[in-house]
Formats: sequence, C-alpha cells, structure tokens
Amino acid sequence: MAINWFKYSAPTMFYPLAGKLIPWFAVSSAILFAVGMYLGFVVAPADATQGEFYRIIYIHVPASILSMFLYLVMAAYAALGLIFNTRLSSMMASALAPTGALFAFIALWTGALWGKPMWGTWWVWDARLTSELILLFLYLGFISLHASIDDPRRADRAAALLAIVGSVNVPIIYFSVKWWNTLHQGSTIKFSGTSMQITMQHAMFTMLAACWLYAVAVVLSRVRSIILERERHAKWVAELPEVAL
Amino acid sequence: MDIWMRENPLTYVWLGSYAVAFLVFAVEIAMVVHKRKATLEEVRQLMDVEENE
Repeated sequence: MAINWFKYSAPTMFYPLAGKLIPWFAVSSAILFAVGMYLGFVVAPADATQGEFYRIIYIHVPASILSMFLYLVMAAYAALGLIFNTRLSSMMASALAPTGALFAFIALWTGALWGKPMWGTWWVWDARLTSELILLFLYLGFISLHASIDDPRRADRAAALLAIVGSVNVPIIYFSVKWWNTLHQGSTIKFSGTSMQITMQHAMFTMLAACWLYAVAVVLSRVRSIILERERHAKWVAELPEVAL
Repeated sequence: MDIWMRENPLTYVWLGSYAVAFLVFAVEIAMVVHKRKATLEEVRQLMDVEENE
C-alpha cells in the first residue's frame, strides 16, 4: 500500500500526524536516556587515561552531533521554504532553531567541563571550539532575525538566507580537527568505523538515539504551536477539538 | 575546585554536565508546553471575538 507522503506537507494534515507521533518519540526517548545512562555509568568501564571524566562524552558527543545535524536540517527546510514557498518547511525551520541552539550550548558547556580536568582550561580559541561557538551564534542570529520581523513570510525568507549561508560552518566544524592543528582530539566516530570499546559505543549510540528522539518530540510539539499561531484564521483550526473546548 | 574535581570525578561529571543538560531539557519542555497553552488560549479568544462579530 503506497502512502502519499506529500499530503503531509500541508499543515492541515501534518498537525494531527505530529500530535499522534509526539508521545511515541517522547516515551522512546525517556527509555533510551535511562538505558544510555545505565550503560554509560554502570556497564562501561572507566577510561585508561581519562578515568571517570571521559563519561562526559555520552552527553557531549550526541549534543555536538545533533547541533550540527539539526542545523543542516533547519537550513534544508529553510531552503525548501524559500524556493518552493511551502508554508510547513519554514515553520519546521523556525521550530528546529531553539532545539539546535540548546544542543550547541550543551555541547559547548560539557566540552568546557571536560576541558578543565583534561586540558587544564575551560576554554581555548581552538578551531573546533570556535566554529561550534559560531554555530551557536548562527542559531541565535536565526531566532533573533526571525523574531525581529513582524510579517512571518518576510521573516521566513530573511532567516532562511541566514540559515543557508551559515550552513557552510557545519563542514568547517566537522573537518576542523583535520584541517588545523587543534587541541581538540580528532573524531573518534568516523564514517569508516570507530576504535571505541564496544560497551562505550553502545552507551554513546543509545544516548545519541535518545537525544535525537527527544529533539524530534520537542520540535514536533513546537511546530504544532507555530502551525496553530499562523493558521489561526483557518476554518480547520476552529474545528479542532482542543480549540473548541 | 581542582582538588575537589579530582577527588569527586563522578559527582563533577554528573552535576556539571548531566544535571545541567537535563535541566536545559526540562526548561525547553516547560517552554514548549507553555507556548502550546498560550497559543491555544490565543486562538480560542480569537474565535470568541469572531463569533461575537
């Protein structure tokens, strides 16, 4: 049975679908967070050189990966909205920005916490750290620019341009440890594989999945509010059971 | 701070990174829930105004 996915690009169809999906993503995320924390703190052994401090990576690495990934998704939605003038794409881009910014903040914060015992400093103007900080500023710029323009369609277009131009920063973050001599270590997880111990890998990928599911749940919840806000004059909104209460 | 950190590495990791991360998540969830309630209220008020007109 073929499903016509394109029909879900209309806010009218996407709104109820998102409502049905949110509890599944939220519950799965909570379960995976619990499993990931158990694997990371109980099952996985201490690191030979970093001791217990290395356990920060179970939140630091997923947060860093998601901060970059969500930016690319946000830029892709923004580009779709700009090129095809699709309403939902721009709403998705707006909904993704705060979550992406929070993941960038968590990545920087936990990185600083790891840096203090390992490097002896909270912060260095290293290429990886600086480009991740720029990513946070790009997210904040997107949110601020969008909020500063009253007309939502014009705000979408202006913020989309910033998102698209800013996406050049994502490969810079990823390859910064290869292109420059950085204090930050090279990528442990590569497309070609990883040298991590197996239980550490399990903990890391479980936490990554938990963070990803959390992000999806929160973004879907936020986009539902944005849809309601923007479509408030539409007839279908007036017919929603939660509005008619 | 350095001495305390070396003596209590797990507490440092927990409080410093995981507690902060989960607090950030909790604040975000609260903001999303608040936004949902506020938007629904706004839409209901708009419907009332339109009905009265």
